[in-house]
Amino acid sequence: MKPLLEVRDVCLSYHSISGETSALSHISFDLMPGEFLAIVGPSGCGKSTLLNLICGLLKAEQGTILMEGQPVSAGNARIGYMLQKDHLLEWRSVYKNVLLGLEIRKEVTPEKLAFIDEMLSTYGLDKFRDAHPSELSGGMRQRAALIRTLALKPDLLLLDEPFSALDYQTRLNVSDDIGKILQKANKPAILVTHDISEAISMASRVIILSARPATIQKIVPIQLEIEDRTPLSSRNAPNFKSYFNLIWKELNKNV
Amino acid sequence: MSEPSYAQKQYLLQKKHEKQFVSLARILVFLCFIGLWEVTARLGVIDSFIFSSPSQIAVTFWNMCMDQSLFTHIGITLTETLLSFFFVVILGIGTAVLLWACPRLSRITEPYLVVLNSLPKSALAPLLIVWLGANERTIVVAGMSVAIFGSVINLYTGFQEVDPEKLKLIDTLGGGKKDELLKIVLPSSIPLILSIMKVNIGLCLVGVIIGEFIGARQGLGYLIIYGSQTFKLTWVLMSIVILCIIATVLYGILNLIEKKYLKRI
Repeated sequence: MKPLLEVRDVCLSYHSISGETSALSHISFDLMPGEFLAIVGPSGCGKSTLLNLICGLLKAEQGTILMEGQPVSAGNARIGYMLQKDHLLEWRSVYKNVLLGLEIRKEVTPEKLAFIDEMLSTYGLDKFRDAHPSELSGGMRQRAALIRTLALKPDLLLLDEPFSALDYQTRLNVSDDIGKILQKANKPAILVTHDISEAISMASRVIILSARPATIQKIVPIQLEIEDRTPLSSRNAPNFKSYFNLIWKELNKNV
Repeated sequence: MSEPSYAQKQYLLQKKHEKQFVSLARILVFLCFIGLWEVTARLGVIDSFIFSSPSQIAVTFWNMCMDQSLFTHIGITLTETLLSFFFVVILGIGTAVLLWACPRLSRITEPYLVVLNSLPKSALAPLLIVWLGANERTIVVAGMSVAIFGSVINLYTGFQEVDPEKLKLIDTLGGGKKDELLKIVLPSSIPLILSIMKVNIGLCLVGVIIGEFIGARQGLGYLIIYGSQTFKLTWVLMSIVILCIIATVLYGILNLIEKKYLKRI
């Protein structure tokens, strides 16, 4: 099987007047279709930078990033990006917020609108179509943000700590929700997080980055001994803890 | 809803009384001032030739209303103010958008904007009269000159304070600079725009009056200058009172629009 995304020997430095800081150094990995990848690493190691590179917002100084053999570029509709906060716009209704991506791409077609309606009812937001975002709970807001991203039907989803702004209980529920949604749609995704449990519970492989300049320290394939794996049930898998300890030890080598 | 408790009722009553007292005191201050002015003028404590009196102002007002000359003056000043306000809004937002869209341009023009903004704009008025002639156009420009630079600077600063993560959201959805402007920067700046405009309407009035002082044959500013030169101080004081009312009403209208908008979101 051909990989969906190929990241080859990517390097990037930040430049400022006081000097140059190397952020990413020789990062290479593949993402297979339908695969859920998690990237963990110490804070400030350049995890988000890596996502910005993959979706084309930043350009690598060295190396290539290919999506199905083509170099990625900014404004790529095939890659959906979920930011840390939901960033729902207060001056728009929930429905209008969800429509934002389609408006920008001028793709407001009856089929896409029907697709949005379907998602709104599936994720329990159809009652809140005309509500203001401030009337939604944290979990509902994050789901609305997901619908906004999925409305463009991306082939790959980038998740930049999308649950970090939520309280713990909501966080578990929303990550379970979103994990199931992506599982069902068989959408490949890359999740950046600093939460080891979250990474193990959602991903099929975990990439551990070292401290800055970030290199790939280890790639851990996750095979949990459990049936009907969901993010929440994963946490009950017998070997969950051993994966946790393994990643924890790797991360602590950096300190 | 359940019946509010006794303590809550007492609290609300106390608040109501406080409000009534303040309103009453305000009216009383006004009446005392008018009464004192009238009485002292009649008794000759103050010279009614210089200080006029409320009754003289009222009579002059009535007479000028009758021969309709007052309406022309008010109409002209009001039209000029609204025109210059309109242009300040359009030009102010337009320039701020331009500066936001080209950061390099804003960096180049920044010191000039700061200088122009801190310049006392009344100093420009004589120059404008010479350049553009003693006509209504000049006065509208004088009105604009007072408000425009400050609005550009404030609007531009506001545009820059928009959450960069929200702009990134637009980028991730495949949008460009235009989408950032139309979907994020402008809608999120509406409260700012409204509050800046609230200040500007007053500034435009100031500029228009300055313009009328030196280059007009009509308008309240002309009336003030003409009145002071011919020692018709009743005219001057009446014009000032009318200006107070105009300024309050214009501010009130914009305040209402702002409140309406903020309530909606």
